[in-house]
Order: sequence, then C-alpha cells, then structure tokens
Amino acid sequence: MARFLPQISMLILSSVLAACSSGPQPQQDTVSYPEPIFTAKRLLPPEHADLTEVFDPWEPMNRRIYIFNYHFDKAIFLPVVRGYETVVPSVGRTGIHNFFNNFEDLLTALNSILQLNPEKALNSTGRVIVNSTVGLFGLVDVASKMDIPRPVEDFGQTLGYWGAGQGPFLVIPFLGPSNLRDGLGKIPDFYVQSNVQTDLLSQPVDLTATVLNPIDTRANTSFRYYENGSAFEYRMVRWLYSTKRELDVNQ
Amino acid sequence: MTITKSTLALVTGLCALLFASLASAAVIAEDNYGYPITDRFVATVVGTPEQYVAQLPENIPFKGRSITIFPDRVTPDVFFYGSELLYSVALQNHKAPLIFLIAGTGASHNGSKNFNMAKAFYQAGFHVVSISSPTYNNFVIAASQTGVVGDADRDAEDIYRVFEKIWGELKDEIEVTSFNLTGYSLGGFNAAYVSKLDEDRKTFNFERVLLINPPVSLYNSISLLDRMTDNIPGGVDNFDKFVNKLIHAYTTTYKEAADAGGEDFLYKAYKALNLKDEELAALIGTSFRISSASLVFTSDVMADYGYIKPKGLQLDRYSNLGEYNDVAVRLGFTDYYHEFFYPYYGANDPESDRDKFIAAISLTSIEDYLRNTKKITVMHNADDVILEPGEINFFTRVFGERATIYPHGGHCGNMNYKDNVAHMVATFTNGGEQ
Repeated sequence: MARFLPQISMLILSSVLAACSSGPQPQQDTVSYPEPIFTAKRLLPPEHADLTEVFDPWEPMNRRIYIFNYHFDKAIFLPVVRGYETVVPSVGRTGIHNFFNNFEDLLTALNSILQLNPEKALNSTGRVIVNSTVGLFGLVDVASKMDIPRPVEDFGQTLGYWGAGQGPFLVIPFLGPSNLRDGLGKIPDFYVQSNVQTDLLSQPVDLTATVLNPIDTRANTSFRYYENGSAFEYRMVRWLYSTKRELDVNQ
Repeated sequence: MTITKSTLALVTGLCALLFASLASAAVIAEDNYGYPITDRFVATVVGTPEQYVAQLPENIPFKGRSITIFPDRVTPDVFFYGSELLYSVALQNHKAPLIFLIAGTGASHNGSKNFNMAKAFYQAGFHVVSISSPTYNNFVIAASQTGVVGDADRDAEDIYRVFEKIWGELKDEIEVTSFNLTGYSLGGFNAAYVSKLDEDRKTFNFERVLLINPPVSLYNSISLLDRMTDNIPGGVDNFDKFVNKLIHAYTTTYKEAADAGGEDFLYKAYKALNLKDEELAALIGTSFRISSASLVFTSDVMADYGYIKPKGLQLDRYSNLGEYNDVAVRLGFTDYYHEFFYPYYGANDPESDRDKFIAAISLTSIEDYLRNTKKITVMHNADDVILEPGEINFFTRVFGERATIYPHGGHCGNMNYKDNVAHMVATFTNGGEQ
C-alpha cells in the first residue's frame, strides 16, 4: 500500500501538468489601466537582482497545486488531524511520533553514509539501535534522553551533497513545496521506508502505519496555509523553502 | 539617519533626567528590576531569555475560530482565503471576567505575544478573546470597513464591530462577569481608542483597560521605524541581500549556539552573531517593512486606489504578485501615509490638512479622556525604540500613577518577563497592586 503513494502523487501531478498545458489559456488582458502611483519602473533599479527570486518555470502549475493543497488541507487533512488528536491521547501521539522518527533516523543513517559523513551516520545508527531496542520499537525516544544528537538527512540532501542543484521549484500535490531534486529524492526514501515497514510489520500494522504517517507529520507541522499574514505567501514560502534546503545541504 | 551609540546614550540620559523630575508615576528603579537585557535594540529583537520568562501553563484550550463581519462583502479573488475573520478564544467553563486582546502591527490573533498573554490571563481565570491587529492581512480583508487602515477612530470602529460580532456568538456559550481590554504596541494604541468609543456605545462598559508599549504619535513611530531600514548596508535596494545574509549568518551560527547550552536559543544566536546596534535597528526596520509591504498592498487591493496596483485591474488567486511585492518593500509607511492614506481620507475635506491628520492619530488627541479615565493603565519602557526622545514623558504626565515605566526592555522585549506578566495580570485582578 505505502509503496504506491509516490506513484499516486506523481499521477496527479502529471495530470495537472497535462491539464495546464492543454487547457484554455487565460485571455490576454487588452484593457489598459492607468499607472499606479508607484511602479516597478519608477522604484526598482534597472539591474535589480532579486535574491528572493527562485527558479520557478512551472509557476502557473505550482500556484494551482498550492491552492489545491490549501483546499485539501482545510477540508480533509486538518479535520483528520483534529480527529486524531481527539481520539489518541497525547502520550500515544508522542509514541507514534517517536516511532516514525525512528524510521527517519534510519533514512538519515543511510543518507549520511551516502554523503560520506561518519559522525552523522554513527549518531543516527546509534539512535536507531537504542530506540528500536530499549525504546520499544521506537515508541520511546531513549536516544534523545541520552543526548545523542539527531541530524536529519534525506536523499534530496544526498543529491545536493554530490552537486545536484535544486532544479525548478515544485509544489507536490498533498505534500507541499519542494523542488525537482528533492521531489525525486522522496522516491528512494519512501521506497526504503515502505519496504522496511512491510518486512518488519504485520500487514495490518503496516497499513495502519502508512495511514498514520502523514497524519503524524501534519500534526507536528505548525504551518497553516494563508495564516502567516503575508499578502505574498506563495512567494514567501517558495523563498523560505529553497533557502532552508540550501542551508540543509551546506550544513 | 544612523543611530549611533552616542545618540543612544544621549537619549537614554535625557529620559533618565526627565524621569527624575516626575515623582508620581510608578517608575521602576533600575535596582528593583531584574530583566537582564539593557540594550534597547537587543531587548526588542531577542525578547526575554528563558530563565527569566514567567511560569505559564504549556497548554491552554486556545482555539482558532472564524466569523463573517460583512455578510455582503465580495472578497477580491486574489484574497479568496481571507473572507472570514480568524480569531482565537480560551474559555473558562464557569462564570468569569472576559478580556479582549489586540495584537500589535502586522501580528495575528495567535502570534506568540498574544498566545503568551492568553496563557497568563487564562491561568488567572479569565475568558480570553484574541484578535489580530487591524493591520494584519486577514483583518484588512475581512473586517476593515474601508480597507485603508491607520486612522485611529476608524480602526477603533472596526475593532468594536468585531468585538460585538464575536460577543454575539459567545454570549450563549459563556457567562461573563465583566469585560476588559488590553493590547500591545499598536494594539495598545488601538485599545485606548476602543475604550473611548465604548464610553458612547456601552456594549461592554470595560472595567479595566491596559495599554502595553503603545506609540504616542503613530506618525512619529512609523517614521522612526521607516528610518531604521536606512541602516541596511547599501540601502533599501539591498533589502533582499540583507535579509538573506542575516538568515545565512543566523543558521550558520545556529549549531554553535544550540550546542552552547544554558541560555535560550535566540539570545545565544544573537551573541554568536555579534550584531551591532545599527544592524539590529536594520533588522527591526526590516521586519516592520515586511509587515507594512503586505499591509499596503492589501489595502490597495481592497480600496482599489491605484497605489501600487493599477486601479481597476482585477487580480485573481493565480496572479503573480512578485512585482507588487518588490515595489511594496521599497516603500515606507510614510509614503503610504502621504500618497495613499491622507489623499484617501483627507482630500475631499477642505477643512483638513496633513498636520491635522497627523495630530489626530496620536494619543495626545484624546489626552483629556486618558487623563480622566481611571480604568486605563499603561505599562511602558523608558528605552522603547518606537518612541521619539521625550515621548515617554507623555505617559507619566497624563496617566500619573496609572503608568508603570520600566527602566529597560526596548519595544515589548520584556513582555514575557515574570515581573511584567505578574503586573499585567494584577492590573486586572486587584487593581494593579502586586
């Protein structure tokens, strides 16, 4: 079940892509409007290099997916998260969160090896070993109590480590802002996690975990669409995301 | 204008001198005040280090809600997400006093400052209703009558309407013994005018009102904040570069700071970054500019004035707003005032002029009311960065012993400090006695 999620996501993505390229193009605005008091021509220096600009050739499509994600978040995702928070007591949610963090630590260990970083690899491997045993299959985060650092490395960062640029900005249906490199990077990470999950867990538990994983992630992400007060949210998120990923790779 | 250390020293010295001559106000002596940061810019940016923060509950039932303020309003498609006003409540399950909180410039109903105040008041047994600043994007879209904010009386009308609508929904849900009001920064300024409006409307008959670090003259304060961006190395054209540089520097020092242990992160990061006062001022100005850019664009769309967006042009939810954003961050609040706000409200009134308009958006315009209204109290800092030299004097002069002036804390930097929180709550529970 879990292993099909990236394919489903990509399927939707490609259908949106197709819809955008073949759909009716917006009418060219032929009406001319009076110039506003302050214009770019008047205020911006001619060779103005905008550092908040991010390579975004698919912007029209991305904006549509961004808005789709907002509607999905509001109508389905957040209500489900609220239900989860009502039904599962706080201590249970912490356990579930630790359980998925343990998988993330495993991915970090693998990616740290691929990035030839023994320190991070050792720390993450240590965390996985401690938490999977003493920490009861990852439900208790004993490693953090032992002050073992918790780096996070994913395959997007591994690609970045070996020199791959971020590529075009990409908003992925359901998952949110990303870029071509990180979007592709999610596939091997997901593949590894879902295989380990399927091998280690019984089928009903695997299925439960697959359903709970995105809910847990959302429950632990404070971001709310269109609530940061900026009238320019898409651009702000795009810039923050790409800055953050640049820093993640250089770290 | 560059704020140098010597002018700072001069300002601080001047303030101290002025205080010495005013015995009646509750001026907190340096020796009796334990808030640790004495640099006003650092205090403003860093806030309160963790071990000095008031003990507050980690979780309170602080719930987001939404409400329609103008049922007939057609929201412009570019703001399709903002047609309902968002606010938060934390309600007691028994009969209790209610307190309204108004956030500061560009801040939301669930921003960290309002959230912390909500915790303090909820813990003290209040029903809490928290709203965003009238300058917050969602408020302008959903709750501003004209879309053009910054006029003290009109903003108060907007806030009052919001309070009445919210109360209309809450009154079947909770029992209330009294209504109270507070706000910080611009929210404190708003609270003064809302309190005055309440004297006529009498829907709430506020029992107590607390103003926290309000500006005196809105125009003076926004001019000060505008000028802080002059500290950006290379000027405002390097705005993006400056923000990028800061974020990079901040993150590079992050690990170092996070490993250092002890004090909390922001303070450590600040120490690691070793920013100069001019850079901190630039940072404060930048943060204000990001808020004001968003506000000005939102107002322009709502009023269709033709300030940075061509008048008549209908933007939709898919429109690329990049160029408007670039233009908006290059404009100060004073530009907005002179080229948009004043022409919008004042141009048709032959009686008005710019000076009168500036004078009207200042607490000095309601000085008599503030002097004679015992239910209003003030908490302020002698070194607040949004006040012109000497302006702090207004509070000691007008409010007398109803003003509590802390020797330092910058602009709202000490709001979470334990003495400040205790005083904030005591103002409403036992008339300010601690």
